[in-house]
Amino acid sequence: MSPESLLFTPTHEWVAVEKTPSGEIATVGISDFAVQALTDLVFLQLPAAGAKVEAGRPFGEVESVKAVNDLYSPATGTVVEANSPLVNDLEQISRDPFGAGWLIKVKLDGPLPSDLLDHNAYRQQCAADEH
Amino acid sequence: MVSFAAFRRFRAQLGRPSGGFSPGAKPDSRRSLAAKALWTRNPLNMNLPASLNKTPLYEWHVARGGRMVDFAGWALPIQYTSIIEEHNAIRNAAGIADISHMGRLRFEGPGAAVFLAELLTRRVADMALGQIRYSLITNEQGGIIDDVLVGYYHDEFGQPFYVLVVNASNRPKVVEWIRRHLPPERAERPGHEVIFTDVTRLWAMFAIQGPRSVELLQPLVDVDLATMKYYRGAQTRILHPAAQRQGGIISRTGYTGEDGFELSVGAGVAAGIWQAIIDLGRPLGLVPAGLGARDTLRLEAGMPLYGHELSEAVNPYQAGLGYACHLTGYDFPGRDALRQISAAPVDRARIGLMLEGKRPARQGCEVYAGDRMIGEVTSGSFSPTLGKSIAMAYVSPEFAAEGTQLTIDIRGHREPAHVVGLPFYYRQKK
Repeated sequence: MSPESLLFTPTHEWVAVEKTPSGEIATVGISDFAVQALTDLVFLQLPAAGAKVEAGRPFGEVESVKAVNDLYSPATGTVVEANSPLVNDLEQISRDPFGAGWLIKVKLDGPLPSDLLDHNAYRQQCAADEH
Repeated sequence: MVSFAAFRRFRAQLGRPSGGFSPGAKPDSRRSLAAKALWTRNPLNMNLPASLNKTPLYEWHVARGGRMVDFAGWALPIQYTSIIEEHNAIRNAAGIADISHMGRLRFEGPGAAVFLAELLTRRVADMALGQIRYSLITNEQGGIIDDVLVGYYHDEFGQPFYVLVVNASNRPKVVEWIRRHLPPERAERPGHEVIFTDVTRLWAMFAIQGPRSVELLQPLVDVDLATMKYYRGAQTRILHPAAQRQGGIISRTGYTGEDGFELSVGAGVAAGIWQAIIDLGRPLGLVPAGLGARDTLRLEAGMPLYGHELSEAVNPYQAGLGYACHLTGYDFPGRDALRQISAAPVDRARIGLMLEGKRPARQGCEVYAGDRMIGEVTSGSFSPTLGKSIAMAYVSPEFAAEGTQLTIDIRGHREPAHVVGLPFYYRQKK
């Protein structure tokens, strides 16, 4: 995924939506900014397929050496797939956060929230966070 | 008997443990990345309060991209690159950490030895020149006020002096405790004078740790490092122009479980000497290391940290530090209480836990035997060297045997673990 085409939460998750015959499927991950801020990923907990996720609510956890961080869902729906191999290869998230480091795929219940940030707005927020 | 309930009430009063390495991160915290302003890449760190103490290396840390945090009121780097990389560098080559925040307290005068013997739990009066001992300061109930190193040296007149190295978080408390026990009539008693100086801001201190430490530091000092014994130190000239002909004190001590040294030098020349060590060490693989790596290293080495394994709600026997208590010599605060405590079976034991899963346990996580809560985690993290999550905890002594299977409640998940001996990691003697 190229970051420019993605939408972002203020909590550094990204989302991309694909229309498929079975409905709209959102792929969710965390951004390069998040990966840079965390460093040293040591643990990941993802929901199982079939789990419900809700926009703005935690769907899992990523833990670095120093601290645990909730992962917040950008969308409401049902998990169709979690990137389980990631759990044993957390480096993948650091190497390719917008691609092979995707976390979950969600069948959407409805449209995405309107307050997600586009790439520019997200980068501006990251810059503001740094100052 | 200090119950778990009392221990936890005490910890609750402390709020975030003052000695802790986890700024703002609690075991059950629900913090989003957006809230972690201190963890951003910003080297200028505008988010830190301006009132924080700065070591002589502050500008260097910031310029190098150190992620600065408030540690016991000092601005220090948690990491420069990756905690795991810095940790591994110290295990495999060498690392240098700025530990100038630690309190250094100097005692001299004819009454100094007895004064310290009547303050510390450990023997002092029989120390050899250059010897360093790990000791505790206890209160009247035998609770631990601080854990310290005490070193014995001679000054330029050949007069003895002692240096106490104390935790940064406890320095105000320890200084106040010393002053309380050193009123003018004691300090100025003719023939038994005690001169106490807090030299924390006068001397910077560096920890240089790792198997290549001797090799890398030897060109800088005029004492033979290869033959310096563990827990010994010496004054030394610093053989580099950056030292401006000043010297320092170097000791074979550390908080990592690797071979290494701690070096004290004057604050005014510290930045230049630090840079000299960085330059000398670069070809040997030396990296600067932050507080994050120091925490994972000391945890693997099974070393206690004040505010985690140690507090005033803990006595030395629970902590496994009875060896630091000399109960048949000078009377010090808490000696009588410790005599009683040591005569009874210990009521809780410090253990090491190896978790079966990857989820790290953290301070405050409850430890269970079946359905029964029998203890609490005091420190926990992922161990880069072992590749597993490890923790230290206090448990009821009947569950302290190696191999005992327990579970740890980590934010509602019951994670299996088993008791292992401490330390978790032994360095290979080279």
